[in-house]
Parts: sequence; C-alpha cells; structure tokens
Amino acid sequence: MDIKKTPKKLNVKEKYRLMTRDLAWEPSYRDEKEIYPYVDYEGIKVHDWSKWEDPFRLTMDAYWKYQAEKERKYYAIIDAHAQNNGHLNVTDARYLTAIKLFLQGISPAEYASHRGFARVGREFAGVGPQVACQMQSIDEIRHAQTQVHAMSNYNKFYNGFKDFASQRDRIWYNSVPRSFFDDAMSAGPFEFLIAIGFSFEYVLTNLLFVPFMSGAAYNGDMATCTFGFSAQSDEARHMTLGLECIKFMLEQDPDNIPIVQKWIDKWFWRGCRLLTLVAAMMDYMLPKRVMSWREAWNIYGVENGNALFRDLARYGIKPPMHWDDVEKSIDHTSHQIMLGLYQWKFGTAFHSWTPTASDIEWLKEKYPTTFEKYYLPRWEYAIAQKEAGGEYNNFGLPKLCQVCQLPTLFTEPDDPTQLCHRETDYEGEKYHFCSDGCQHVFEQEPEKYVQAWLPMPALMQEPLKGDLAAWMEWVSLEPTAAGEYASSEDKANFEKWRKQVSTD
Amino acid sequence: MQIDVQTVNIEQKNQTFTHLKKRFGDKKIPSRYQEASYDLQAVENLHYRPTWAPEQELYDPNLSKIRMNDWYDLKDPRQFYYSTYTLNRAKQQETMESNFKTVESLNLIEGMPDPVLAIAQNLLIPLRHASYAANINNTLVCGYGYGTVFTQPCVYHAMDNLGIAQYLSRLGLMIGDVEALEAAKQDWMDSDAWQPLRRSLEDLMCVRDPVEVFIKQNFVLDGLLYPLVYQRIVDQNLVEQGGSGISILTQFMTNWYLESKRWVDSVLKTMAAESAENKVVLEEWVDTAANHFTSVLLPVAGLAVEGNQADELVSEAHDELLQRAKKAGLFK
Ligand SMILES: [Fe+2]
Ligand SMILES: [Fe+2]
Repeated sequence: MDIKKTPKKLNVKEKYRLMTRDLAWEPSYRDEKEIYPYVDYEGIKVHDWSKWEDPFRLTMDAYWKYQAEKERKYYAIIDAHAQNNGHLNVTDARYLTAIKLFLQGISPAEYASHRGFARVGREFAGVGPQVACQMQSIDEIRHAQTQVHAMSNYNKFYNGFKDFASQRDRIWYNSVPRSFFDDAMSAGPFEFLIAIGFSFEYVLTNLLFVPFMSGAAYNGDMATCTFGFSAQSDEARHMTLGLECIKFMLEQDPDNIPIVQKWIDKWFWRGCRLLTLVAAMMDYMLPKRVMSWREAWNIYGVENGNALFRDLARYGIKPPMHWDDVEKSIDHTSHQIMLGLYQWKFGTAFHSWTPTASDIEWLKEKYPTTFEKYYLPRWEYAIAQKEAGGEYNNFGLPKLCQVCQLPTLFTEPDDPTQLCHRETDYEGEKYHFCSDGCQHVFEQEPEKYVQAWLPMPALMQEPLKGDLAAWMEWVSLEPTAAGEYASSEDKANFEKWRKQVSTD
Repeated sequence: MQIDVQTVNIEQKNQTFTHLKKRFGDKKIPSRYQEASYDLQAVENLHYRPTWAPEQELYDPNLSKIRMNDWYDLKDPRQFYYSTYTLNRAKQQETMESNFKTVESLNLIEGMPDPVLAIAQNLLIPLRHASYAANINNTLVCGYGYGTVFTQPCVYHAMDNLGIAQYLSRLGLMIGDVEALEAAKQDWMDSDAWQPLRRSLEDLMCVRDPVEVFIKQNFVLDGLLYPLVYQRIVDQNLVEQGGSGISILTQFMTNWYLESKRWVDSVLKTMAAESAENKVVLEEWVDTAANHFTSVLLPVAGLAVEGNQADELVSEAHDELLQRAKKAGLFK
C-alpha cells in the first residue's frame, strides 16, 4: 500500500478549507431540510454555501493559544486592580454610573449574543458560516464573563452593581437592551446576522465601545479599559464576519436585496435608539469627557457609515431609511435621555445629577445650536428646585415606546419644541411609539411587537398595582442605589476613602 | 492622578452579587466560575416568541423531555469558564504541537509499518467527519439548552470537537497528504463500514431535544467511540504494532475524553437523581442508543481488527459504558 507521500505545501486558504469546509458532507440519509429546518423561512435564497468567504482563518489550536495569552494578561491586570483598590483611582464616583449601566445593560447583551451565535452557528447549512458563528459565540461568553469579573470588585464597595441579574429582567430601562437582543434572537438566522453581526457589530459597535473604553481610560478605570482592549481583536473578527455575511447574502440572489434592505432599515434604527443611552453616558456621565456624542457620531457614524454604504451601493443597497431622522436627533438625544433619567432617578439602579457649571460650559460649546436654547432652561429649573430644598422628580409614569421601550421623550425631527408621539391601531388596541422609525418597525411585524413586555404597564397590573415600594422590592432596587448623586452613599464613601488615602 | 491606594483599609459593602448570595450565601467569596456562570441567562419577561417556532419560548426548558427544578444544578465539575477553559486547552495544544514536531523530526510516520498506516487511514481519518457532527450537535445543546452552567460547557465541547477534527485532518495530511483526506471522505460517504455511523449521525442531527442530543452524542456515542478507538485500538493495538507515532498524535483525544467524561457523567447523574421520570427517560435514551451505536461501531472496529476481536472490543466498550451509566444512577 502506497500512502506515504511527501506532503505538498498548502497555502493558508487551502489548508483552512481542509480544516473546516471539508469536514462537512452532503447528507444522503436525511433531507437537508430536516437538519437545517430554519434556513428557508425568512425568504433568503442561498444557492451555494461554498461561496462563503471565510472572514478569518483561525484553526482551534491557534485560537486557544492566542486567546489564552490575552486571558492571562487580562486577569493579571484585574487581579492587581482589585488588590490595589484600583476603584479609588477613578476620577470621582459619578463615573460609576457609566459602568453600572454597562453591567446591567451590556453584559447581559454579550451573553444573549453568545447564545444567539450558538443558534445560528447550528442553523446555517454551510460549515463556513457555522464555524465563524460558533467562534463568535464562544468569544461573546468571554466578553460577558470578563465584564462580570471586572465589575465584581466594584460591587464590593458600591451600590447598584449587586443585583444586575434580576434587574436585567425587571427594571424598566434594561428592557431597552433586552428587547433589542430578544428581538434579534427571536428572528431567523439571517436576520440575526444582519441585526447583530452587521448592524450592531459592524455599523454601530465603534459608537458603543470606543466611548465606553476611552471613557474608562480617561477616568482611571483600569479594569474596564483592560477588558475593552482585550476584546478588541475579537471585535475585529466579529466585524469582518458581519461584513462577510451581508455580502454573502447580497451576492447569492438578487431577491435577497430587498429583504436585507428591510433588515438594515430596521436594525439601524433599533441600534440608534439603543445608543441614545450611550449618548447620555458620553455627554453627562463621564467626569472627564472624551468627546461629545455629536463628535463620536460624526466620526464613527457619518464617516464610517458613508464609506460603508457607498461600498454597498453596488449591490443596490441604500443607506438606512431613517438615517436623516437620526442625524437630526444627534444634537438632542443625550440631553433628552439624561433629563428623563434624572427625573425618574428614584427608579434607576444608578445615580444621576444635574450638570455642574463647567459641565454646562462644555455642553454649550459642544452643542451650540441646541443645548442653551432647549435644554439648559430645563436643567436650570431642576437646579433651582434642588437649591430651594426640593427634588426634581416625576412620579408620573413615562409612556414607553412599544418597539424601542424608551420613554416617549424624544422630539419631532423638525421641531425640537414638540414631543414626538405616534400611534397605531392593531386588532382593536392602540400602540404608542417614540418616532416614525419605531412605528415603521412595528408596522412591518405587528404580530411580533404586540408581544413586547412593557415594564411600566406591568407596574400598574397585578400584583404590584402601582405600589412603588413593592415595585422597588420586586426589581431589587434599594433606595441607596437610586436617586441623586450628591446625597448618595457612593459619593460619601468614595470621598471618605480617598481622603483616607491622602492622609495616610 | 495615580494615587497610592494599596495601604488603605476599607470595609466592603457586598461580599458577592445578590444572585450568588441567594444560592451560596455570603460567607465565602464566590469563585470566578460561579460569577461567570450562574444566572447569566435571562429568565423572565422574555419579550417575543421565536418567529421560527412560535410555540416555543426564547429560552425554553420544555424543549427537553428532561425536567429540572433548577437547571443550575448541572454544574461542571471541571469548573470551566472561558478563561480556565482556554488556559487548559492552550497548554494541551502546546503539547500537541511538540508531539507533531517530534513525530516529524524523528520520521516516525515513514518508519511505520504499512498495516499501521492503513489502519490510521481507514479508521482515524474518516472520524474527522464524525467529530464535525459532534461539533454541530454540541452547538445545538449550547444554543437551545437551558441555564448557563449546562449550556456553557457545550460551546467549549463543540469547539473541542472541531479541534479534534482538525487534529485528525493534520494527521491525515501527514500520513498521506490531501489524498488521504479525500480517500477518507470517500469512505465516509460510500464504504459499507462507515454508513451505519454516518446514517446515525444524520439522524441525530435531526433531533431537537437538547438533552437527548447531549446524552446520545456525548455520553453514548463518545462513550463507546473514544474507549474503543483511542484507548484500545490506537493506544494498545497500534502501539504494539509499531504505531506509537499515531498514539502520540492522538494524545489530545485520549486525555480530552478522560477529562470531559467527568463532566458528562456528572450531568447525567444529577439529571437522573432529580426524579424518577427523568430516570426513565434517560434510561430509555441510553439503553436504545447504546445498543444501536454498539452495532454501528462494530464494522468500524472491523477496519482495524479481525471480526472476533472487533466483537470483543466493542462489547467491552459497551460494558464500560453501562458501568458508567450505573455509577450515574441508571438501571438500578
Ligand atoms: Fe462582545
Ligand atoms: Fe421607540
């Protein structure tokens, strides 16, 4: 038997093909449809799965090796951070609000992404996308875990971290990211990839991670900034996957183009609504600011977005439907959201505050056409109330948008003095929306969005029946975790500990 | 401003997260495994039903016939979370890398007797396709199973299976270049010895109960295949025939099986101890699948050893599997 041969030199691409593509086979005992039952129902046509270009060529041995090196470094740094009371290095305790939001809202999203990618890594009928998605799945559980481990030390000293698990499922503002990821996961495999792989990871991820990670770096939070850096090379892989999957769909069949366009329109809008929370974080929650939301949007939204959609134009893809509305909202949303969070601060597991004099100067400079005119008067009113010994709270319940689940607190794109509110009747019920974008999403798929769990009506129904104290217990919100920053235990403790340090 | 904060002594507010305190109390600092694993999956107020199967919930424990009061009872005795998992595997891959180098530099393949190489070609290389099926099956369990401590190790297990398929591919390239892989795929698709296994794996890939897939793939099939192929045929028969080079190149598989079966056994044991109803379902799965896969693997074993011995090896593996099942509380 002659099987001894001198091996040919294989190039990377060919070798990777043998290590992945070639592992699968065409089933002959069972129908492909039985093995991959969910691959058709969205209407995406795939004629040839082998046309999938592997976005990165990483075999498992290389993956283990690289990732282990990163893990070693990461845990060495956060161990040192915990040991050395690194939390006292942050600028001041206002900064903690940003990472409380991160742990409650983003880390659960990383986890959802892990499960979602496992599902699509199972459902696609081609081994190329299967393996690429599985790798993203295992990366995403890494992100969720490294984040929880980094926050674990902050939880030892501050309020608002400890019950992120119940708050993920129960507290009102977390249903914004939750409903976003639930929406993607309950969609079919192709839509999931457009939602998370393309729209979120490729188009919007820089608007989420750059602000948080540079915010962490500017404000002395070594733990958060380390997981940001450590996740960067994973993110680079995820972005190439996102781009590859959209190109693959568009190239497989012209009938796919309108379907993909519809998803881009939807997920771009959904993503931008979700990012309004990041906008508030950037403009209001960082004691030392990195850049304004407007500046971040110009770089990562407009510049990158224009280049991307110019590139996709050759497939017949147009820029997202509500792009102009987003553009018009950029100078407004952070102020609107922060004013909202501030007036409902009795119901948030993080603190908020009114801007200081220097904050106000900065906001005026960064938002010359909007801040002073529309939002400063409202902040001044809140500040005056506080100075008179009152509290600026709104115990009226916000009306939530049926789609994005944010309170309907945004204004008309062309008239910042008018609150924007839309309604649609569906099967005898009235549904409310914050915008044309959200109303449009609803009307494409009303049977899906009528199912949304809305936390505010839930508060009014059995068994809470509007009892705020009972609600706080149910969402596991201790009064010390909520409310005004100035009078918070976090602030007092942080300042006391810092003083201890400087007098020692 | 970098301040010297190492010397401050400050009192802690919370020892642990609330969900961990509820489970484990707060006397002890929780382990990183606990922080990384418990209650990470959303449980309440799931917003929408899956459009692919509106009768299901987004995370749905009823996808399985197995019922658990608390799915977080199914912990991994290895306590793998991403970091410990990758660190372990990175060490193992380093060993494998030097194994490949050793085999290459000592020309162990060239010095190997033809019958040994023929067995490696006919028996081992086609198994890369079986490992791919195991990858897909574990990905399903990770995606649709319930509770992070149960689903998390399944993504690791899926990636391990991909890794194994890739090690087998490298072995193939080493002994016979691309043609070795091509011939093995041909066998996998057409030769009589492999068809029962290929058919069974295609059948298993149609099963949607995540626990059933877990049991049939990880406990039953792997529980027969690994002892049979790697422990008996490779590490004993082939080594005796001058094939230690092959055994060196499959070291990962041997160790991986021993390591991961601790986890698989513990999951089985916990599920069986949960209720008499679970036990009945598990016994029925294990019993039918064990009988089925035993007969499926007989012609596979026949690729390496004579008929009588194949019978013997396969029934040894079967007995061993039933011993494991009994230890896990089944069949008594
Ligand atoms: Fe991530
Ligand atoms: Fe909305």
